[in-house]
Amino acid sequence: MIKNISNLGDAALYCDFGVGVNKETNSEVIKYFWSLKKKEVQGITNLTPSYNKLIISFDLKKTNFKDMKKKIENLVINDTKSELSKKIQIPICCADEFSLDIKRLEEKLSMKRERIYENFFKKEYFCYMTGFIAGMPFLGDLDKTMRVNRLETPRVKVPKGSVGLTEQFVNVYTSESPGGWNIIGNTPLEIFDNSKEESPNLISPGDIVIFEKISLSDYKNFNE
Amino acid sequence: MNRFEIIRAGINTTFQDDGRNHLYHIGIPISGVMDKRNYILANSLVGNKIDKPVIEFAYQGPLIKYKGHKINIVITGDVIFKLIKKESVIEGNCYENYIIEDGDQIDIVSTNKSVYGYLAISAEFDLKSQWGSCSINTKANIGSNNGKKLQNNQKIDILNINSNQVKKKLDYINTRIDRIRVIKGTNFDYFSDEGKKIFFDKEFTVSKLSDRMGMRLEGPKIKNIVDTNIRSEGLIKGVIQIPADGNPIIMLSDHGTIGGYPKIGVIISADYDKLVQLSPGSKIKFQEIELSDAETLFKLYEIETQNLISQFK
Repeated sequence: MIKNISNLGDAALYCDFGVGVNKETNSEVIKYFWSLKKKEVQGITNLTPSYNKLIISFDLKKTNFKDMKKKIENLVINDTKSELSKKIQIPICCADEFSLDIKRLEEKLSMKRERIYENFFKKEYFCYMTGFIAGMPFLGDLDKTMRVNRLETPRVKVPKGSVGLTEQFVNVYTSESPGGWNIIGNTPLEIFDNSKEESPNLISPGDIVIFEKISLSDYKNFNE
Repeated sequence: MNRFEIIRAGINTTFQDDGRNHLYHIGIPISGVMDKRNYILANSLVGNKIDKPVIEFAYQGPLIKYKGHKINIVITGDVIFKLIKKESVIEGNCYENYIIEDGDQIDIVSTNKSVYGYLAISAEFDLKSQWGSCSINTKANIGSNNGKKLQNNQKIDILNINSNQVKKKLDYINTRIDRIRVIKGTNFDYFSDEGKKIFFDKEFTVSKLSDRMGMRLEGPKIKNIVDTNIRSEGLIKGVIQIPADGNPIIMLSDHGTIGGYPKIGVIISADYDKLVQLSPGSKIKFQEIELSDAETLFKLYEIETQNLISQFK
């Protein structure tokens, strides 16, 4: 259930589902998201589901905060079947040229790099949401010993394919972008393919991701 | 065949239209023109529907050679440009229609004390749309022209010249504003009382590290007293985030759709066109405003744009 609806600027609703990050709250968000998407409510221009929030953007020429809020409060939510979740394997190279923040991670976690990689690769990760940049998956949860904050000043350019850590989450930069996550490695796999109009995303919310460590030569030969 | 030959592409020249909606959830921003009013005026002045793709440029614009039958062109914004014809060179005025003929060149020298300018033609560019829009997002390589900026020596075909050769113009001067109005953000109380006061009282400077994704500001630091990170959540155009270093970042049309820095405020819709035109080094001050006033100001801004269109001569 939505706990509170407030305005984000003059052209969006900020729907709060709670503070925690867990699959139960996230599933509620996803349920609202799919219901609203199917209903094609007049005036809505975008829906952005995340761990525990849903942002509803609207066209200020057609509607306003008060009317939109009323619509959402009176919305009947259908229990849509979640799509079948897939298991996806993603190769990652952790050579020095890709593991941009390994020194920072060693310092912040007080852990040697071998242990960091071991802890990272032994887990399976759940996809909570996609976004920030096209197709970027937000995966969880990292081992409790592996959690660090974002960089204090985000990078202006993070290379395409970079795999980053922040708090309990892992993500993959599907294209070059500014960003503040701690970069541990790089994947040669195309995570977002914009030539596919229908489903450009390799990973969708609800999927399970397994990372596989590869050598620099495997990385270089990957797309040949 | 009618076409543009791009002799010099300029710094950041792209095709843009109204942008694309309904894709935030997979991480695709709306993109589209940065300054919507100047876009609408450009299309209206050449007799196009207002949502046709145009050429958007930043700072230095393109040098274009035209081949084909006569067409009209219009440039909007605060732009210095020349038309190089067979027998003369014309210093161009923005918001004024010009007829160009086979062999003429359009030299968009630069924007003047602003960032973005627009070139519209009384015809259609031959472009492929992606997810319902031709807007180019160069970071994700989405949109027409393979999602890339225009390149030197590139040729662009031109179709469907509209025959009603209008000769309209508008007397309009882009005014600069350095007071940008803001609605408090969802994390406003993450900041110290002094930080909040600084945000609304002090001057900030637009940083060189600004582009279609975001505008970074420099100046007095805004201190966070709760947490410098939040759970990553949706962003919209105009959100002002403050990362741990205390320097504001404003989300612009090609912004990331999700972010994890606290939101101190959101630029009101009515001020967005003016905001994006502030070039690096410009001073900027924020002013707090209530939601109802922001809604009224947006209506007024829309009416003002319509009034400008009715003033074409």
